[in-house]
Amino acid sequence: MRARISSLRDHVLARHLAAALLGLVVVVMVLESVSDYRNTQLASMAYLGIAAGGLTVLTGLNGQLSLGHGALMAIGAYTSALLLPDNESSLPLSVVVLVAVVVTLAVGAAVGLAAARLHGPYLAGATLALAVAVPGIALYFKETLGGEQGLRVVMPDIPVWVLDAVFFVTGQDLTRSRFTAYVAWLTLIVVFVLLANLGAGRTGRRWRAVRDDEVAAELAGIDLGRARVSAFMVSAAAAGAAGAILAFTVKLAAPSAFTLTLSLTLLAAIVLGGLGSLAGALIGAALLTFLPSVVTDIGTDAGLSDIQAAELAPLVYGLVMVAVILLAPAGIVGSLRGALLRARARRRTPASAEPPATGTTSGTGTTTDPHADTTETAGTTPATTSKGTAS
Amino acid sequence: MTRHIRGTGPLVATLAAALALTACGAGGRDSSDGEAAAADPGVTEDTVTIGGTFPLTGVAAPGYSEIPTGAQAYFDFVNEQGGVHGRQIDYIVKDDGYNPTNTSTVTNELVLKEEVFATVGSLGTPTQASVADYLNDEGVPQLMVSSGSLQWGDDVENRPMTFGWQPDYEIEGKIIGQWVAENMPDAKVGLFLQDDDLGEDAEKGVRQFVDDQIVAVERYTSGNTDVAPQISGLQAAKADLVLAFNTPSYTALSQLVALKTGYKPKWFYANIGSDPALVGSLLERFSEGAVAGSSSALDGVLTTEYIPGIDSPEDPWVQLWQKVWDEHGEGGELTNYRIYGMSQAYAFVQALEAAGEDLTREGLVEAIEEQGADWEGPQLAPFRYSADSHMGIAGVRVVELKGGKGEDLTDVLVTDIGEDAEITTDDSGQADDAPPESGVPTS
Amino acid sequence: MQQFLNTALTGLTLGMVYAAFALALVLIWRSTRIVNFAQAPMAMVTTFVALVVIDAGHSYWLGFVAALLSGLVLGAFLERVVIRPVEGKAEINAVILTLGLFIVLHALAAVVFGNRYRSFPAPFGLEGITVGGTTIALNGFGIFTIVSVLVVMGLLVALFRFTDVGLRMRASAFNQEVARLLGVKVGAMLTLGWALASLVGSLAGLLIAGGGLVHPSYMDSVVVFGFVAAVLGGLDSPLGAVVGGLILGVSLSFVSGYVGSQLVALAALVILMLVLTLKPGGLFAQAAERRV
Repeated sequence: MRARISSLRDHVLARHLAAALLGLVVVVMVLESVSDYRNTQLASMAYLGIAAGGLTVLTGLNGQLSLGHGALMAIGAYTSALLLPDNESSLPLSVVVLVAVVVTLAVGAAVGLAAARLHGPYLAGATLALAVAVPGIALYFKETLGGEQGLRVVMPDIPVWVLDAVFFVTGQDLTRSRFTAYVAWLTLIVVFVLLANLGAGRTGRRWRAVRDDEVAAELAGIDLGRARVSAFMVSAAAAGAAGAILAFTVKLAAPSAFTLTLSLTLLAAIVLGGLGSLAGALIGAALLTFLPSVVTDIGTDAGLSDIQAAELAPLVYGLVMVAVILLAPAGIVGSLRGALLRARARRRTPASAEPPATGTTSGTGTTTDPHADTTETAGTTPATTSKGTAS
Repeated sequence: MTRHIRGTGPLVATLAAALALTACGAGGRDSSDGEAAAADPGVTEDTVTIGGTFPLTGVAAPGYSEIPTGAQAYFDFVNEQGGVHGRQIDYIVKDDGYNPTNTSTVTNELVLKEEVFATVGSLGTPTQASVADYLNDEGVPQLMVSSGSLQWGDDVENRPMTFGWQPDYEIEGKIIGQWVAENMPDAKVGLFLQDDDLGEDAEKGVRQFVDDQIVAVERYTSGNTDVAPQISGLQAAKADLVLAFNTPSYTALSQLVALKTGYKPKWFYANIGSDPALVGSLLERFSEGAVAGSSSALDGVLTTEYIPGIDSPEDPWVQLWQKVWDEHGEGGELTNYRIYGMSQAYAFVQALEAAGEDLTREGLVEAIEEQGADWEGPQLAPFRYSADSHMGIAGVRVVELKGGKGEDLTDVLVTDIGEDAEITTDDSGQADDAPPESGVPTS
Repeated sequence: MQQFLNTALTGLTLGMVYAAFALALVLIWRSTRIVNFAQAPMAMVTTFVALVVIDAGHSYWLGFVAALLSGLVLGAFLERVVIRPVEGKAEINAVILTLGLFIVLHALAAVVFGNRYRSFPAPFGLEGITVGGTTIALNGFGIFTIVSVLVVMGLLVALFRFTDVGLRMRASAFNQEVARLLGVKVGAMLTLGWALASLVGSLAGLLIAGGGLVHPSYMDSVVVFGFVAAVLGGLDSPLGAVVGGLILGVSLSFVSGYVGSQLVALAALVILMLVLTLKPGGLFAQAAERRV
């Protein structure tokens, strides 16, 4: 049994890596074929995707809602900006991202410890206050953090070997915008592989167990607080990476980037895509990046002024967010998958009952494929219960 | 059984779909335009495309959002007369909501998507600071920034493509400081400052003359509309002359709070925050008449001027602006902010003229450096443009507002940044010149 | 000394507005166990309704009444159409839903009313009152603010204590099943709760707007401050909400005046975390312990 599980786990890792490789090929092909402007947009999509990926793990798998991820991104971004003040800084970008992640992780641990005691509206309210409070810190410590003007981020020159390598593979010179897009999407792939593995492993099982039924999870010997804090930390780390990529893309860390709107936007992204699904997070990020210009054009064609038309995009997110919660709590990915499963089930046993598509808590994890989760949780229960009751 | 964050399959599919979609949308944009390979972006035989970012929404929008409408009207006026060297000026305006992060995004759009030749008149200190290095790296001229921060002109070596336009806050602070030291030597001075370059540069200038008269310094954060604590602080220190360096909304807010707490010092608002029409219209309706109507709302307030405004309708420049606005304006009244935009646009047209028929970015910058200091125009004092300095207009004059009009208290005073530069009376005759017959500058 | 007094008085007036806002949150929490994060944009929309009425040449008071009535209708409408389906479901869904409404109302207001700053009139003088030769930071409108919030609180208490409808609303909030068995139309009571809350929220919006600038996001910070005030008083208690609002208003005014206006939101966060850690039930908790 144990051997089978471990082989399965290897299998999972291998599958994730294969997917990552495939993703990488797609990324290279696309980034090489589009303009500098699109590359910058794609870099924006990547940082939104990374942050949404982290948030979807927290909310979808662990059931904690955070409106403070914008503030956590701010910490990642400011860390990067402090590390890249001028052309002389010789730190490679990978190190900058890592440091940003570590710093945000530490802050995330502190926030997570406080948040683990809260739930539902209390957690939402407290993280909301966090989102509003953090930009003020940058304004107050103006000397170090640059005040309203923020800190400039000076991207180091592209290493020569990267230039050579890219030219060798693609036959094109690497522009700065494209380089940033590469950094962004590589980071996204790494973060998503790590998140996917954590979610599929023992840690992810615990997170889900806590989300689904606290009492049962506690009986099963899961330390509720620890599970919650660890989920928050992982999620914060992703937000830190996203903040670093934001700093690289915008070349600025300023309070105005980390408004309440950013935090709400991230929430919109994961709700649109479907809570708990990384693919959903990516779809959400894509919608947030590319929908505005489409909607704004429609608005101006319909006779609205530019400024009015610019407000149509948030209107659409908001409406879709409300509609998703009311009509299809599983989001886009979850609903599609649910429809697929139902269709398959119908083909196999035309008379059998359909799996429930709505009505459970919120995550796609439970709504569309209940068997996977329940058996996993049940499987771990006997082994850990005795330990739990003994302590 | 093992698929928890399920998603690898759909994930890759999504990724591919999303990326492929954007790829389609971008078809061919990045392949270099064969025919225009030699010319700089944004320039063709018969057009030059320029851009600008302004707060069309948000707390900074009142007033400032009118600046690009003025510039647009003047460009239309010039285009109608055949443009400059046969080129029509195409002006693309983007909204950044006075949010530096947005500025970065929309400037990126201007440079990479719209492929502008230069940015002209883009507004705001924190906003333009966020893109100054980017624009210089890309070699895009950042012309006539609508802000009085020193950074647009005092570092030519690192920012060769950036030029200021209006008088910087330091020289304005110096001229105000000297005037106070000479005319109100016993005043207890309180400073009310926006907490960024605006406040900092101005304080530097003011302190050169009235350092020992200052009894309180209060700073507010742009965006926080509650200034009661700051005004209370000035009142507590018993300041009887407040030198305020703030944006127009905060002039209204500070007046309102002072009313509430019964604080009645002499107010000296820097030019940037003192437009009587705008502040008056903001103040007027707060109280259904408790505050006097628009034109006299700021009666007795001291401020400075560096271009003629709507309060002097007999000025030949203002008459030109009125004509331009009547013919090409998008509706509404001619305001001081629209005049500001037109005055800037006038200077940009001078630069285009000076750069000659073969328009390049380098050529334009050189032309401004070589000839800019001699340009006649609506500005009361000359520009300081040279190969070593990209600072804008060299001086201001002090006025007192009466019934919405500025009454001159001094001649036009000019100076430069730094403690060594003395303040002198301007002798260039700039304040008395008139526009050419056609209304379009000729080189 | 004068600065101290003025800071305190400014805080007191501001605190009263937070109190009204917290009161609105408490009303909804009591009836449906939902924290309405869309309360601020709802109030913002009704304030714009008042502005439209006033701009059309009508009196301030007509605009005032129009805003309160539209608040009443908006609250009832949203409860019936949008909130009803998630009542009693996972609480995270309700939170996300109200945040979705937040975004929708915000964007809608910007499209319909325009995304710019507009001045909003106040019905009373804005000049401070003079006491013994010194002017204090309390004007006619400030007194109106304090009085109107106190009156509304009194009316609400009277409604819940002494009227039949109030009794039914309390019953529905206490236990829906039992209330239903006793013949109370629970649905109608919940709708009424939302409508009343939205009306109180509208009042808070009007009080903040009076003699100041309004634009679609002028209430945003109040979402946080109102929530903190409500938690401070214990989400269940109307009296607690008012006291919580006052404490918060005065504390934040002092932070702004003596430390730095940038740190106001941070101070609110610190206060919130202290309350949630030390006294999770709030200062006026009715139950001994509460799960937060």
